[in-house]
Amino acid sequence: MAFDKNSNQFTFIFATVLVVVVGTLLAVTYLGLKPNYDENVRREKMQNILASLKVEVDRDAAPATYDELIKETLLVDGDGIKQEGDAFSLDVLKQYKDWKAGVVKTEDLRYPVYLADLEGQKLFVLPMVGTGLWGPVWGYVALKNDGRTIYGSTFDHKGETPGLGAEISTPIFEDPFQGKTITDDQGNFKGITVYKGGSQTTDPHGVDGISGGTITSQGVDEMLKRLLAVYDKYLRTQVAAVAPAPVIATDTLTTDSIQLVVDTTQTASLITR
Amino acid sequence: MSTAIAAPAAPPAEGLFSKKNRKLITDPLNDNNPITVQVLGICSALAITVKVSNALVMSISVLAVVVLGNMVISALRNLIPGRIRIIAQLVIAAGLVTLVDIVLKAYVYDVSKQVGVYVGLIITNCIIMGRFEAFAMGNKVGPSALDGFGNSLGYAWILVVVGVFRELFGNGSLLGMRIIPESWYATEGGFYFNNNMMILPPMALVIVGIIIWIQRSRNTKLIEQA
Repeated sequence: MAFDKNSNQFTFIFATVLVVVVGTLLAVTYLGLKPNYDENVRREKMQNILASLKVEVDRDAAPATYDELIKETLLVDGDGIKQEGDAFSLDVLKQYKDWKAGVVKTEDLRYPVYLADLEGQKLFVLPMVGTGLWGPVWGYVALKNDGRTIYGSTFDHKGETPGLGAEISTPIFEDPFQGKTITDDQGNFKGITVYKGGSQTTDPHGVDGISGGTITSQGVDEMLKRLLAVYDKYLRTQVAAVAPAPVIATDTLTTDSIQLVVDTTQTASLITR
Repeated sequence: MSTAIAAPAAPPAEGLFSKKNRKLITDPLNDNNPITVQVLGICSALAITVKVSNALVMSISVLAVVVLGNMVISALRNLIPGRIRIIAQLVIAAGLVTLVDIVLKAYVYDVSKQVGVYVGLIITNCIIMGRFEAFAMGNKVGPSALDGFGNSLGYAWILVVVGVFRELFGNGSLLGMRIIPESWYATEGGFYFNNNMMILPPMALVIVGIIIWIQRSRNTKLIEQA
């Protein structure tokens, strides 16, 4: 060969050319395919929102179905008060990361709410975002119009371990959320607890986690408690508006106290039976 | 630069599928299997084999990277300066892996999400660096492609076998289809439990160990002389 490929000069030239060529190739491919990717992400977001409503659509049909079912989107702040802004375009994951990094202050956080109308039933779809083992986890929880009962839920993740933490995005994990409540009958906020995998919990405010995906499950637990607590403040204002009588506060209390009296009197006879 | 790339493309002295070149494909399947004999790429074999589908996607991704990477390295082998050859190989491997990742995200978004972080980790898969350094640096483009293909297949079949065992006994399914009937499960009143150990990475190591055991008992030339 005419040149010395091991000379310093050639080594530098080779390294520079190689890195520039590879870098350019990647940058061009990335930019070329970015619209595809962004559209995938946008449609997936719609799909996820719909999935929490138990509406399964394929990616291509997502935008049409989304427009049909989601009637209103809005942002609320940490006190559950409605704020200005576009809910769908708010990247809650980025906001969450910025908040964790201290860039965004807690009082500046915004929480999107999607109001859906599913065959006449009004549902609240609430985005969740938290941290799993390897990276972020997120999801959507749909609540019925009583503002406390879970209608459906869907979860997803960036890179949880396939077969372990990644199982949060399967029906095995998602389905048990249905019918769970985020407040107890007295109206106290409970959130949703994710228990150890396989514990077969009967807690009305909890579900089983993933065996072998403990850190991911804990991340989901933290995310649900943190965000449902915020949304709970908003939901209380909404539910009160729908049903003006503060059902939870007084009625249940009185019936409960009556029940208690009855119970004490009957206990003895119950045991003898 | 162009002459050096063109040179290996000149008609090889022997046919591309000569006996010697065929061995490049068959050897890694058994006698020189990257996982069970060279013991490379174990990390991903443990991590990705919980489900057969993941094992397949991982295998295809590795195949693409090793074959293309081998060809690129082989084409550049007379140009890559000796002192930075490992870094040059790494840049090419990383570039190809990132390329695969971008393409997966754009066209098969669901698959790319399933295999998640592991696609990126192909970069650190020792099989890739091993083939670049051991084969592609000293051989022509054609044989290098075959070598990459053979080694990926050798990697793939172990991954799929381990995946079959782990998915079947850990989850009762294969490729997502239920094999062990629901009615057998204890929760449904049956007698059967999934083996949760199978889901965890250590069992993959045990299964790979069993495969190595069976392989060595049948292929005695693999046993080291004491």
